[in-house]
Amino acid sequence: MEQVSGEVGAFQVAVRKKARYVNENLCTGCGACAEKCPTMVVDVFNAGLGNRKAIYKYFPQGIPSVFTIDAAACRQLGQGKKCGVCAKVCQAKAVDYDQKDTLIQLEVGAVVIATGYEVFDPSVIPEYGYDRIPNVVTALEFERLLSASGPTAGHLDRPSELALVKEMEEAEKEHKKLQRQVSQLEEKHGKPSSEIVAAFQSGTLPDDADLRNWALLAQDLASLEARLDSMNRRKATASVARKLAFIQCVGSRDFRFNPFCSSYCCMHSVKEAMIAHEHDNGVHSSIFCMDLRAVGRGFEEYKLRGGKQANIRYIRGRVAEITQDEALNPVVWYESTQNRQVVHETFDLVILATACVPSPGAAELARQFQVELDRNGFFKTDPLAPLNTSRPGVFVCGCAQGPMDIPESVAQASSAAARAAEIVAPARQAVG
Amino acid sequence: MSDQIRIGVFVCDCGSNIAGYVDVKALAEYAKTLPNVVYVKENLYTCSESGINEIKAAIREQSLNRVVVASCTPRTHEPLFRGTCEEAGLNPYLFEMVNIRDQCSWVHMQERESGTNKAKDLIRMGVAKAALLEPQESIKSEMDPNALVMGGGISGMTAALALANRGYQVYLVEKQAQLGGLLLQLDTLGPSGVDAAAFAASQAELVRNHPRIRLMTSTQVKDISGYIGHFKVTTASDGKEEQFGVGVVIVATGAQILKPHGLFGYDGERVITQLELEARFKRGTFSAGNVVMIQCAGARIEERKYCSRICCMVALKNAIQIKETHPGTGVRVLYRDIQAYGTENEEMYRRARELGVIFINYDVNVPPKVHGEKVTVTHQLLGRELDLPADLVVLSTPLIAGEDNEAISKLLRVSLDENKFFLEGHVKLKPLDFATDGVYLCGNAHYPATVREAISQALGAASRASIPLAKGVMTVEPIVSTLVDEDACRGCGLCVALCPYGALEIVRTEKGRKVRVIPVACKGCGVCAATCYQHALSINSYTDRQIAEQISACLESSG
Ligand SMILES: Cc1cc2nc3c(=O)[nH]c(=O)nc-3n(C[C@H](O)[C@H](O)[C@H](O)COP(=O)(O)OP(=O)(O)OC[C@H]3O[C@@H](n4cnc5c(N)ncnc54)[C@H](O)[C@@H]3O)c2cc1C
Ligand SMILES: Cc1cc2nc3c(=O)[nH]c(=O)nc-3n(C[C@H](O)[C@H](O)[C@H](O)COP(=O)(O)OP(=O)(O)OC[C@H]3O[C@@H](n4cnc5c(N)ncnc54)[C@H](O)[C@@H]3O)c2cc1C
Ligand code: SF4
Ligand code: SF4
Ligand code: SF4
Ligand code: SF4
Repeated sequence: MEQVSGEVGAFQVAVRKKARYVNENLCTGCGACAEKCPTMVVDVFNAGLGNRKAIYKYFPQGIPSVFTIDAAACRQLGQGKKCGVCAKVCQAKAVDYDQKDTLIQLEVGAVVIATGYEVFDPSVIPEYGYDRIPNVVTALEFERLLSASGPTAGHLDRPSELALVKEMEEAEKEHKKLQRQVSQLEEKHGKPSSEIVAAFQSGTLPDDADLRNWALLAQDLASLEARLDSMNRRKATASVARKLAFIQCVGSRDFRFNPFCSSYCCMHSVKEAMIAHEHDNGVHSSIFCMDLRAVGRGFEEYKLRGGKQANIRYIRGRVAEITQDEALNPVVWYESTQNRQVVHETFDLVILATACVPSPGAAELARQFQVELDRNGFFKTDPLAPLNTSRPGVFVCGCAQGPMDIPESVAQASSAAARAAEIVAPARQAVG
Repeated sequence: MSDQIRIGVFVCDCGSNIAGYVDVKALAEYAKTLPNVVYVKENLYTCSESGINEIKAAIREQSLNRVVVASCTPRTHEPLFRGTCEEAGLNPYLFEMVNIRDQCSWVHMQERESGTNKAKDLIRMGVAKAALLEPQESIKSEMDPNALVMGGGISGMTAALALANRGYQVYLVEKQAQLGGLLLQLDTLGPSGVDAAAFAASQAELVRNHPRIRLMTSTQVKDISGYIGHFKVTTASDGKEEQFGVGVVIVATGAQILKPHGLFGYDGERVITQLELEARFKRGTFSAGNVVMIQCAGARIEERKYCSRICCMVALKNAIQIKETHPGTGVRVLYRDIQAYGTENEEMYRRARELGVIFINYDVNVPPKVHGEKVTVTHQLLGRELDLPADLVVLSTPLIAGEDNEAISKLLRVSLDENKFFLEGHVKLKPLDFATDGVYLCGNAHYPATVREAISQALGAASRASIPLAKGVMTVEPIVSTLVDEDACRGCGLCVALCPYGALEIVRTEKGRKVRVIPVACKGCGVCAATCYQHALSINSYTDRQIAEQISACLESSG
């Protein structure tokens, strides 16, 4: 949204439709372009755990099922290089590098704000080590790991292992290259590398650039082999994540960050622990919580079932710190409210149930619409008129007005529509 | 239309989704050999504009009178291709879709040959059925442009006002003499601090003065028959019966408070419920030196497993109220989990602690004991029993399902959950609709809710209900049950009893008792046709003959 003027019953809103560089009416969503696109980009949707191409669909079930070019990453658009691969392979002739943003003027009677929320960035909590410890992930990242369409196809591989695999792939590529170069030199000179390296190390190598280069390459190869060896050993002992810890209220109910409760995170942790157990019956989960807030229909029953059938332990207490052992296992330190002692326990993977915070554009949107935010930065509503913002004709639903789960968001969406309809109904009847 | 069957078959590559795994060229060649097939075309994307135009052109130029598309899935694409046929002047029900992607190429990605053979079988079956398709006309039915709202609590009043403000006539039926429901008995409302009864009264005033709301207090709904668009409602008030018709129904009949007889020494005097505490606030008769509140009294236990969602908030509100009006009174809350979810409730929790309310966690296996002027609780942190002074004990009891829920669920053929609250159509995506068309729910009838939540659900239910009302006519797919052999029907009513949607009834005709189908209510599930031992009922576009033909086509080999 760029600009808004007018008042209830007659708002003028200017919105910018960003260029997607693909003609929506022509694209059939076949994906041929992405298959051939040479540019790899870190996949934001998969929480950075995988890669996608520069021409992409945000996620597989995205609506509309139309591809988009990530202009900044695209060789043709963003980097000023020659590419044009996607335009060539697209049989529908949908790719359009010249597409521009369009400004659309809307005349509307009412406005519904449904801009949702953002997940809290836990790296500002130093004691949880999110940015230091690879096997500490957010719940959103964990959802991607659990997803059949996610980066691991639903297997509970640990991020440390995923990183290792990536590192090994690169090292192996490098290894092949070095090996080729070294064996070419060996052939050319008819000598084994070991002789040259020995001579180099004892300072008896003739002063010849070619030989020196050979010695250095051979040394690199040896050290790379040693590294690969150690990585292989690590990989052999690597196992999937089976012992999980869920840390609740990360950035919620915490005066340093957000005083409020994010409503849905207790239940999504139970859900994630259940799904992990469904996927692999060897999974054991511990949920660290102050209160387990299971307040919807069937939630308490679901929670109890998790305890009985899905190896979930509920541990009352706030986690003080997360550290890491040599095997890259996270260690959770907490005060047990059962016996009042600081205890610690080692896990395969720690999942942080991060807070639901206002979406980054909320403040700007509130300024443009001249509506009030509450003290937490969500759109302010009245408990007895729950969809109304401080401005007539502007309504708000879902997590934009505060944390809530999907059913509540869906119910509110209908209510906001009812409110908006009361305003536009007379006009619509007049039009017929 | 000539009598000769002329079938056109369109085989879709779906980019590489189908063509990548099965031999589409071979499928097209094969389709040409099938009986009645006069035209075959392979498309890169049958659903693209060019594909659609090819179908239309072929209908005209080849005088096709049946169209078969072998492609992705009818779930997403059948309406499109039906529409294409209609635009080209062919009855949309002379179209048959064959699923060779979701149920074939995607499942047999590594088995090109057997996948191709299976696709051939599927196409042969589709063609066999297509030859027997009959044109159908879609069913239209006018909506009664009005609504019944059951229950005049805050939810029912809000829903009635929203619909009436949109221009629809509303019958609001409340069984008590007064509007307002539970709010009439409460003191102030958290977190707004507004007087509950006064707020209810202000809404009741709007209801009473609304020209489009017919308010019926002290009234019970005795009977409801019919279906979306045409519900026939019978009400009774003071022994007087009345009948009227409505297009939609909203259930807002609320819940009731559990009376905690036998729990924690409940006596209504020194051990009372939160509701009774609020009554004392209202009358100004509250006084106590030390209050102990016990959460989950009768909830989250073996016989009643669920959490009632609002009672922690109510306890926080009342604890704050005591501290603000009687700062010298000690307030201790014994809890299992404090359900202060969201921004406002957590804020109340913080405020209560600031005011000196003491929260003590207890374990369900060692519940607190009330004796004399004391409450004994096993403190989880200290690991020992504490005796707390208590001249007043307040029990936070759960809301339980309304007493009429079972009767209403039978009247409207809607479901209840295991705790007898009304159950919505889909827990995530249809929170305000019942599975039965034209019936909606909100507020405590659905599950315990705060006033904020009840109002927003009520507005939402009104919004859902207004969708069919605004359309004015219901258009229903004609794939419904039909009485194809009236003479065979013996009027036994077996099918009537089994139809999950109330779409069948027994009527008296000249020939005796016979079944009658109510097409707008029928979902075409086929239960009745499968049940009728007389084969009197049949589903349009899925007749016994069509299916038998498909089966025999399946059993032929593709050679
Ligand atoms: C890890 C995790 C797991 C969860 N699991 C569950 C679960 O199992 N069950 C459940 O019920 N709930 C779950 N939730 C909660 C659920 O995600 C929310 O209830 C729901 O997404 C809220 O929907 P919304 O539409 O209000 O907000 P959002 O989903 O945040 O949608 C807002 C949309 O608005 C767009 N937007 C933002 N700003 C602008 C702008 N300025 N202009 C235009 N568009 C804008 C955004 O791009 C986004 O598409 C989970 C949450 C998390 C974090
Ligand atoms: C002790 C207590 C304190 C509370 N405090 C607060 C608070 O501070 N803040 C807050 O937000 N919420 C509070 N609540 C919750 C609040 O009461 C509910 O949100 C609200 O009552 C929900 O309204 P409702 O219309 O859905 O149901 P109800 O209020 O239960 O109304 C249902 C109505 O339907 C009628 N009815 C029932 N059966 C039939 C039938 N068969 N035919 C016709 N009519 C029928 C009933 O007579 C009643 O009038 C409190 C609840 C309790 C128990
Ligand atoms: S842009 Fe072209 S190649 Fe890419 S998905 Fe769309 S139609 Fe296919
Ligand atoms: S829902 Fe649970 S995890 Fe989330 S903030 Fe509230 S209490 Fe903490
Ligand atoms: S809301 Fe609180 S008191 Fe009520 S059942 Fe749930 S946990 Fe118990
Ligand atoms: S097809 Fe199903 S819905 Fe229709 S009348 Fe028969 S049993 Fe009822």
